[in-house]
Amino acid sequence: MALAIVDSCVNCWACLPVCPNQAIQAAAPPDLPHFSIDAMACSECLGDYARPQCAEICPVEGAIVDELGDALNPPGSLLGLSPAQWQDVQQRCVQQGNPQQDTTQRANTSAARGETP
Amino acid sequence: MELPVTAPPTPTGGCSAQGCGSSERQQAGLPDDIRRRVQDHPCYSEEAHHHFARMHAAVAPACNIQCHYCNRKYDCANESRPGVVSEVLTPEQAVRKTLVVAAAIPQMSVLGIAGPGDPLANPERVFATFRDLAAKAPDIKLCVSTNGLALPEHVDELARHNIEHVTITINCVDPDIGAQIYPWIFWQHRRVFGREAAAILIEQQQKGLEMLVARGILVKVNSVLIPGVNDRHLRDVSRIVKAKGAFLHNVMPLISAPEHGTFYGLSGQRGPTPAELQAVQDDCEGNMNMMRHCRQCRADAVGLLGEDRGAEFTREKIDAMLIDEEFTRAALARRVEMRQRIDAERQARAQERSAQATGKAGGIVSPCGTATPASSQHVITLHRPARSCVVAPPPGRPVRMAVAAKGGRVAVHFGHAREFLVYEASADGARLIGHRQTDLYCSGDDSCGDAASVLSRTIAALAGCEVVLCAKIGFEPWSKLEAAGITPNGEHALEDAAAAVMAVWHEMLAAGRLAASADDTRRSA
Repeated sequence: MALAIVDSCVNCWACLPVCPNQAIQAAAPPDLPHFSIDAMACSECLGDYARPQCAEICPVEGAIVDELGDALNPPGSLLGLSPAQWQDVQQRCVQQGNPQQDTTQRANTSAARGETP
Repeated sequence: MELPVTAPPTPTGGCSAQGCGSSERQQAGLPDDIRRRVQDHPCYSEEAHHHFARMHAAVAPACNIQCHYCNRKYDCANESRPGVVSEVLTPEQAVRKTLVVAAAIPQMSVLGIAGPGDPLANPERVFATFRDLAAKAPDIKLCVSTNGLALPEHVDELARHNIEHVTITINCVDPDIGAQIYPWIFWQHRRVFGREAAAILIEQQQKGLEMLVARGILVKVNSVLIPGVNDRHLRDVSRIVKAKGAFLHNVMPLISAPEHGTFYGLSGQRGPTPAELQAVQDDCEGNMNMMRHCRQCRADAVGLLGEDRGAEFTREKIDAMLIDEEFTRAALARRVEMRQRIDAERQARAQERSAQATGKAGGIVSPCGTATPASSQHVITLHRPARSCVVAPPPGRPVRMAVAAKGGRVAVHFGHAREFLVYEASADGARLIGHRQTDLYCSGDDSCGDAASVLSRTIAALAGCEVVLCAKIGFEPWSKLEAAGITPNGEHALEDAAAAVMAVWHEMLAAGRLAASADDTRRSA
């Protein structure tokens, strides 16, 4: 059994120092674009802590998943942002540097979802 | 040990007594050992920030709390705000970079670690950096900025590393307000949410503050002003941290825009206007020393405050350099020489100011009607006259002026100024009350606007100022400024900024332009 970090990870480092098994590897782009967990070393913190430490400190909803692919911090659980807003954040991070296009796209995606911005 | 750090007591209210940061006037009232510790730290002394440079080493990426004004993806090269860096450094890289920067910029006096996460959530990396640097550049002061959650458990280690300055970000002392700023913290191996989280954080911050003060470490408190959340609460924060022995309070404006990807940015929480910021700073000033020269720099900033030279020191460049004992010894010698030059420059500047003050009307006329020699100016500013004492006509209303400054002098062409220092000139002298940025933040269209809109934005940023002093100014901005009710002034090029501001104020006074309004009279009575 092991947890995994998926590509919504923002490489913030928070998980690395709190892992009791030193199972977390830092990102090293381009080969390792984001942080990752060594499945052989991960114990999901069983025997050490009541809850998996990486998931307890991770600030990004959905970035850490269990073996079934289920998020330990599901959308809406951490920041108080709705999943749609969080998706916006993610898109903005990718598109930084072209705010004009970004704003347009945001308006479009919000409109497509039938939301008010 | 009790730390006798603050200026003499003053009545409450927006009195100008305490200046900004710890100004020259204030420093004159400080005990010697405290003065020695702040006089070359650009963040603790307003006067020092004209002369000394600092750098932030981004060795501390991890964080143990979430703040609503922070986005944990922190690598935008175009932004200048706390928590943003281009590259996280290992302790070895950080020490190399610091040695290279301190060799190239001999004004460098401080290495701070401020993130991009929380230094004390990365204690091994932070203390490894300090240990190594203290051995190789013992003259560089070390300094830390923390959210305070892990502070109590690390205070002794900070003291062991001779850390003399610690900044704690304290946005509230009330958990109900804290719950609107911090959604969660990581505490004792679990995530804690909401009010409970804020209560723990506040308790740790206050405990950490007390422990630092007890060990004689100077503490600066940073507070982010969030309109509608903690604006009316910061006065209490100021009062409490002052009572516990904090040295300086720095109220900073929330930086919030949707493109920053923060909770506040996306939920439409706005930052304060310059006027709102100043009102809160003035409100807190009755309680304690306020810092007015903060530039809210990045967690990898390099150089003097307000002019980031980080881009000059790329990793490739640093990796290619040979850094041996000879290199560090020569660099140390240059820094020592530079400090001597700065000392001489500061003395000359002080003389310039006092000569300027005595040259006008034989000194300052106090509200009591007696002329006071300039050498004792600070006496006036530290003791407000009693109500019954105001018999002479008001000596002229305060005037706000912007200065395109470099190194504390009127030295920048209006069109080249990226920021303006804002002073308030009055009979009590010139007091720095803030600074206005012209193109600092990454906010979309700023970088690609045409010249006309840049100029109108600059003029808008100078709102509330009646005069702008600069080294030179073109015809077009001159007329636009005048049309906006701001008088451009290019007659004091290269003079000391505060002295030039006072010279202009005295000119205005002599020209009869400073008759106090009814409002001012009421305020000063």
